[in-house]
Amino acid sequence: MVHQYKLNDFNIVLDTCSGSVHVVDEVAYDIIDMYEKCSEEEIVKAILEKYKDREDVTEEDVKLCIGDVGQLKEAGKLFTPDNYEDMAGTFKERSGDVVKALCLHVAHTCNLNCSYCFASQGKYHGDRALMSFEVGKRALDFLMEHSGTRTNLEVDFFGGEPLMNWDVVKQLVNYARSVEKEHKKNFRFTLTTNGMLIDDDVIEFANKEMSNVVLSLDGRKEIHDRLRVDYAGNGSYEKIVPKFRKLVDSRGGKNYYMRGTFTHANPDFTKDVFHMADLGFTELSMEPVVCAPGDPAGLTPEDIEIVKEQYEILAKDMLRRTAEGKPITFYHYMLDLKSGPCIYKRISGCGSGTEYMAVTPWGDLYPCHQFVGEESYKLGDIWNGVTNTELREEFRSCNAYAREDCKDCWAKLYCSGGCAANAFHASGTIRGIYKPGCELFKKRIECAIMMRAAETAMGK
Amino acid sequence: MTRITTLETKNLCESAKNGGCGECQTSCQSACKTSCGVANQKCENAEE
Repeated sequence: MVHQYKLNDFNIVLDTCSGSVHVVDEVAYDIIDMYEKCSEEEIVKAILEKYKDREDVTEEDVKLCIGDVGQLKEAGKLFTPDNYEDMAGTFKERSGDVVKALCLHVAHTCNLNCSYCFASQGKYHGDRALMSFEVGKRALDFLMEHSGTRTNLEVDFFGGEPLMNWDVVKQLVNYARSVEKEHKKNFRFTLTTNGMLIDDDVIEFANKEMSNVVLSLDGRKEIHDRLRVDYAGNGSYEKIVPKFRKLVDSRGGKNYYMRGTFTHANPDFTKDVFHMADLGFTELSMEPVVCAPGDPAGLTPEDIEIVKEQYEILAKDMLRRTAEGKPITFYHYMLDLKSGPCIYKRISGCGSGTEYMAVTPWGDLYPCHQFVGEESYKLGDIWNGVTNTELREEFRSCNAYAREDCKDCWAKLYCSGGCAANAFHASGTIRGIYKPGCELFKKRIECAIMMRAAETAMGK
Repeated sequence: MTRITTLETKNLCESAKNGGCGECQTSCQSACKTSCGVANQKCENAEE
């Protein structure tokens, strides 16, 4: 499938099935648009008519360009046929029942009371609970037992607020480190925290052991403190920003993300991204809120249009910063065209329910953290493994080609059909789609690819 | 080609042959946690 768009004075042509990206001038842009629909004669006529005031657009030149387009097609870089659908269903079967990543809900409780929390203040619509070391250890053993030949195993300490169960987190990391070599595994830990309980011990341990830390900050103080409040209603910004600063400063270049959520209150979220940059943070992620329909924090259709414009503003500003030698990273714009994922990954998606699962404090398994609390989505537990095999098969069969709505979408090999949880919450089925999410995703990808085109032009 | 510049990209059709090692990061795990996107993951296949 070919997708063409114009952004920031770039004319971009994506050949989605080969992954090729072409930056073209407007004449080539029009020729490519007509190439599969018109004869050479018709194209020449239409182009010469449209550009009759341009001296550089001659019949010979147009024919040359048509020839170039033909060469790209011949080389498998343009109009590449989509031959993936038949193999799409088999890709996830290749992995068998391998599990390679767990989201450990070490604390179903939180010291903040953010009204927009998808996990209902960390409780996931259930009781407050902390994971014991024994449950966590069994979860890590379950992961090693079910990881087949995979070397890299990912474990995210999540909540609620995982620092409310910090001693268990440390014990679990130490346990994993003590056994990973004999099992020929490499644990990669992530800590996702609101920052309230960060102290020197957390900083030292996290910076030694966590491959990644995700630090929740919504940007400007007035935005952050509007929703990220403690149980007395006090904003958390002043408390956490110095702690985040100290943690990041002593991280020694290891991965981290400042991760914010934007809502109906701040569809102009780039101001929050730039605020985080002004604070000296460079690795940034800002996500649209995920909430129930009717929630006042939810993004309206008008907000979605604003957000799309904001993504363009962000992309252009990031290019400016790069040109000035002060780049920042935005998670969704990290698109590596050369070393990105293979077609298997692009079709298979995030792996929720098969390779990736969430573990509750009491050891139940769910397809991902966003399904925890949905009883009918319980897969099994860490002692007996996946017992709801029908549900696992439902997730296994979900891929970029499984959704009717994605059939004609150019972006499906970039999103692999989108987030199953978002689809479920929006449509009642994991085979549905979350339309506003699709719109934003497509805009982000267009921006990210435009940025690669601009960086190439800059020689970066 | 005077009017077309092709950026260097991974050949997806080729990657069907050697891809699928499964060592790359789980996309949701890395930072977003609320919206899936696989395109920004790094390939970790030593054989690719």
